[in-house]
Amino acid sequence: MDFERRLNVRKDGTAGSGVSRRNLLTAGAAAGSGLLLGFYLPQAIGAEAAEAATADVFAPKAFVRIDRDDRVTLIMPQVEMGQGTYTSMPMLIAEELEVPLDQVSLVAAPPDDRLYTNPLIGFQATGGSKSVRAMWEPLRRAGAVARVMLISAAAQGWNVDPTSCRAEKGEVIHGPTGRKLRYGALADTAATLPVPDNVALKDAKAFKLIGTPAKRLDTPDKVNGKALFGIDVKIPGMKIATVAACPVFGGKLARVDDSTAIEIKGVRQVVRLADAVAVVADHMWAAIQGLAALDIEWDEGPNANVSSADIVRQMDIASQNPGIVGRRDGDVAKAMTGAAKRVEAVYQVPFLAHAAMEPMNCTVHIQKDGCEVWVGSQVVSRAQATAAEVIGLPLERVQVHNYLLGGGFGRRLEVDYVTQAVRIAKQVDGPVKMVWTREEDIQHDIYRPYYFDRMAAGLDEQAMPIAWSHRVTGSSIEARWLPSALKDGLDTDAVEGAAEELQYAIPNILVDYVRHEPPGILTGWWRGVGPTHNIFMVESFIDELAAEARKDPVEYRRALLGKSPRAKGVLDLAAEKAGWGQTLRQGHGRGVSVQYAFGSYLSQVAEIVVSKEGEVRVSRVVCAVDCGIIVNPDTVKAQIEGGIVFGLSAALFDEVTIKDGRAEQSNFNDYRVLRINEMPAIEVYLVPSTEAPGGIGEPGTVGVAPALTNAIFAATGKRIRKLPIKDQLRSA
Amino acid sequence: MRHSRKLLALLGLVAVVAIAAVGWLVLRPRGPADFASGTRVELADYREGDPTGVSPRLAGADLVMRGEYLTRAADCIACHTAPGGKPFAGGMAFPLPFGSLYSTNITPDKDTGIGGWSDEDFVKALHEGVGRDGKHLYPAFPYTSYTLMTRSDVLAVKAYLFSLKPVRNRPPASDIPFPFNQRYLIWFWNGLFSPGQRFQPNTGQTSEWNRGAYLVEALGHCGECHTPRNLLYGLSSGRKFAGAIINGWKAYNITSDPAWGIGAWSDAQLTDYLSSGHAEGRSSAVGPMGEAVENSLRFLSEDDIGAMTAYLRSVPAIRDSAGLAAVPTPPAQVPAAKAADSGGSGQSLGLRVFEGACASCHNFDGSGAVSVYASLAGNRTVNDAAAVNATQAILQGARLRTAHGEVFMSAFGTAYSDAEIAAVLNYVTGRFGANTSAIKPDEVAKRRTATMR
Amino acid sequence: MVTLQINGNEHHLDIPEDMPLLWVLRDVVGLTGTKFGCGIAQCGACTVHIDGRPIRSCVIPAAGLADRAITTIEAIGETPSGRKIQQAWLEVEVIQCGYCQPGQIMSAAALLASNPNPSDADIDAAMSGNICRCGTYQRIRAAIKQATQAA
Repeated sequence: MDFERRLNVRKDGTAGSGVSRRNLLTAGAAAGSGLLLGFYLPQAIGAEAAEAATADVFAPKAFVRIDRDDRVTLIMPQVEMGQGTYTSMPMLIAEELEVPLDQVSLVAAPPDDRLYTNPLIGFQATGGSKSVRAMWEPLRRAGAVARVMLISAAAQGWNVDPTSCRAEKGEVIHGPTGRKLRYGALADTAATLPVPDNVALKDAKAFKLIGTPAKRLDTPDKVNGKALFGIDVKIPGMKIATVAACPVFGGKLARVDDSTAIEIKGVRQVVRLADAVAVVADHMWAAIQGLAALDIEWDEGPNANVSSADIVRQMDIASQNPGIVGRRDGDVAKAMTGAAKRVEAVYQVPFLAHAAMEPMNCTVHIQKDGCEVWVGSQVVSRAQATAAEVIGLPLERVQVHNYLLGGGFGRRLEVDYVTQAVRIAKQVDGPVKMVWTREEDIQHDIYRPYYFDRMAAGLDEQAMPIAWSHRVTGSSIEARWLPSALKDGLDTDAVEGAAEELQYAIPNILVDYVRHEPPGILTGWWRGVGPTHNIFMVESFIDELAAEARKDPVEYRRALLGKSPRAKGVLDLAAEKAGWGQTLRQGHGRGVSVQYAFGSYLSQVAEIVVSKEGEVRVSRVVCAVDCGIIVNPDTVKAQIEGGIVFGLSAALFDEVTIKDGRAEQSNFNDYRVLRINEMPAIEVYLVPSTEAPGGIGEPGTVGVAPALTNAIFAATGKRIRKLPIKDQLRSA
Repeated sequence: MRHSRKLLALLGLVAVVAIAAVGWLVLRPRGPADFASGTRVELADYREGDPTGVSPRLAGADLVMRGEYLTRAADCIACHTAPGGKPFAGGMAFPLPFGSLYSTNITPDKDTGIGGWSDEDFVKALHEGVGRDGKHLYPAFPYTSYTLMTRSDVLAVKAYLFSLKPVRNRPPASDIPFPFNQRYLIWFWNGLFSPGQRFQPNTGQTSEWNRGAYLVEALGHCGECHTPRNLLYGLSSGRKFAGAIINGWKAYNITSDPAWGIGAWSDAQLTDYLSSGHAEGRSSAVGPMGEAVENSLRFLSEDDIGAMTAYLRSVPAIRDSAGLAAVPTPPAQVPAAKAADSGGSGQSLGLRVFEGACASCHNFDGSGAVSVYASLAGNRTVNDAAAVNATQAILQGARLRTAHGEVFMSAFGTAYSDAEIAAVLNYVTGRFGANTSAIKPDEVAKRRTATMR
Repeated sequence: MVTLQINGNEHHLDIPEDMPLLWVLRDVVGLTGTKFGCGIAQCGACTVHIDGRPIRSCVIPAAGLADRAITTIEAIGETPSGRKIQQAWLEVEVIQCGYCQPGQIMSAAALLASNPNPSDADIDAAMSGNICRCGTYQRIRAAIKQATQAA
């Protein structure tokens, strides 16, 4: 997802609003003692929100706290879902604050859009590969400011010139005398000092932590079962609920006979919602058994006959008319008529479920005058808001405790499951933990949209493109999730990677977007979203053009990347490391992709083999990454590796198909996930860079599908224009 | 074209009538238990206890409870419930080459069920295969077995059905074309294939055997699946229980042949299998047999299961059944070395599928990691070189409600390709079975279309 | 009532006969380290050891496990192979979201205990039943190999 255009933030990830630095930091004494740095991020959406926030200067909610016992606590607005923010964010603070990384501990931030807004998203959210991009400067600045204040406090005490002091390993040292004071001893005094303006940040060359592979701080508790995810919440007196929503999207509950279910030992209550039934029990097993024993009659509503085939047919029709322009360079229509050759293709990608390993869950306790919510969410403030709305409470009466996320991938940017849990809790006396079965999780996911894209190119005599048109047809996530991000009706995410970010130098380009909503089916963010289809389509189609030109796919791309040295750089690196051009055996193939999305440049080369039965095996994926300055290189590599696996599962196996208004897949037996014995060897190469950091959580997912399908083309001559690959090669 | 097809049909009709007439003279219908030596007598003249009715344990129970036991023994629910539909409300499709039949609603709903049926109507349907409208019922309804039931047992079943909540559900009308919709022809067919009489005990056999015969033949109608059919769709009396393919699943040879049938199974294995769906080292019930255990057999008393076992043991051995071999050689023992070498080369597609999707439940030594039902070693399903039921279990999954909870296997048909399924079948039969299968992806594709019902 | 031996402690439990061990651990005994992922033994997140063998606790009824030694992620660090695997997991920085990792670690610890020097094929065989959506497989393989080197 990309909100940058809407948010008037520069592409390099730094805030471009006019709020002065001075307003961004406030300081004071912490509730008990020590230094508390209140921290306001540049508000790109509505400066009035930032103004309002300054009234709360000494609220005990703040970003950084330094206690008398030297502990540095970062109140973390970004949630941890595997992407390593619980390490990369402290690294940013620790770098400037001059403390060892293990001295920084983390507290999950409570919901508060005023305090914890992600400036690149517009409210408190973790997603879109935006944590480092958004926090890169503010967190370092907070660290630097705190350091300067601590030094000032020490200098005051010693009555020396602050410039004769330096900070090192959590201490302030007076150079000439060698006197030392720990931060903890200085925190109280520092809290009384004014916040300095214009503190200089370290030069990248001076980084000690940033750019080094730091051990992750969240993992020790993840090897021994101690780490608590939302699903692990235990509240005294808590009941467990599991739920069945109408299997047909948009359907309602007509009636339910619970006479058998209620007899099951451990079942306490059957809760009826407008569109679902929940069984509340002493434990999940009784709840599951109870649910199975219900005799439910659904009012299936208007979507009872919706099928994938119908949806695709309607998209096909919708895609025949022009859409909202996402990019227009030159005159495509004219260039097409003058082209020596014209190439056209239709590409499609399916609905996809997230299938995060931790099924959706949420624990809620509603009391007379308030409500507590325990959840793993990428959007804590939205979780708070929906709870408040369902119960009819003011926001501050809803307390949200955020837990570790057992995978987010965009699924936990939604709060449907929080809303549902609160509705159930409204009918339950005492705390209740709602846990979805995997079947519910897959069948009531909010899916990655189905996209139906029309590609066309006009080629000159040398078969190089002079005209390029790309029409994206699909549902709009932004329209539902963040309408303010729409730009004159254009869903900027739906065209990300295809429009402004398209790196190829082609004189005439037209990218347009046709919004088409499938009946009843909600679509949402999914690791890589817009670019997952755009890069697949662009990189497959450019491969088609290269084949048309009988040119080497790498050479063909390189010829078009003259104006994008970073894209060319990763392409060259990936090709070199992959041994591009070396001969492969019969049935083997190599394919390439190059992309710019989420502020990072990637190029991937996949090596595959296709058996005579048409089974594809991916043996190796080489990925070159230029994501600007790297905070934690090991995390970057891990995210790329993981993203590639996520993308491979989708490319090879996954689709959610609709029949009779319901999802046909239900669990890992029919929604397949890549396993370790299907893993290729993945090699990640990082390009050293001083550019501002780009996103890293999603890019890996994006480019692997086209690298893979281009490799299939190289091996078999079959062009895959529709994902998943599944058994499309059977007849080849 | 259409004209000639009609002519052909008419000729076929004439042929059917002619064959029926000859068949009647030559074959004469025989009782299904007539293979056994001894004298058959009217039930009233039998002195060794009553082989009909409910288990002695329910002798004092009321009519409805007795009816429930018998309804379960006769497994009415299996056919009279559509997938996902209400029990006994009918609507299950029976696709035939020339059209489809749909089971009827046998709940006591007046309009759409059998609520308006008299005792005579009901008895006539079960004993004569004639509906309330006087028309012959298609023999997909196993009245050829139910005709053996006593009138009082039939009425107990009716009493139970009438105790159920009426469900309003009108199943689709059958769409059987001419000439097969000429139901009077069934009269001839009945002459050939329906015993048309009540169960007759055999004084030359034990009372247990007679009880077993009643349960197997009159109520359980086992032959409907396990006996191959002849050209006229009748059960082939010469190949009783020799095994058949039905709806893509293999109903195994259950004759007393030690290699091909169940002759080598111990009594404990047989009774375990019938009452729980699993016999250690032999088989776990999947597909339609799993349903039979779930809906019917597991509710029968120990005595009754014992009686069925005794009776089945007496069924004459038949060595094979037209290539439907189940266990031509003794069950395989997985050698310890084979089990320990869990990895193999890592190159085989079948192994790759097995270690990802199968080993968590079945275990690398085939012992069944999570349930005895998941054991593969020696299992009939993997000893079948055609891997028929193994294919269907992978495609459709399996589910069995037992007295100790539900056991299940997930369906893998949609997410795994024909090549992958063929490979894992060949891997599993090779590793755990007596014969390695050589299933090709195309065969899996074909079996996908042979849906269960 | 059934008596279970979990991590060396005896638990007397009144549980339904068909209740899978997973829910007994999580919702009755309160050991939440063992995770729910699918309920059909397809993902491995619920893996525990029963007499040292890795078992999917989501499908095995607990009532049949009286007198069997049940070990969960909370106590696997007390076994030599479990400790080595945990250590290697941290050294190689395997973990991302961490939700599947208790299951991965239990499968890997069982592998290492029975096979001190597993080949790639052995790792495939032992680990392919454990799904990771974050895609940490490459590091899992590396960490298992690293653990074999540990003293």
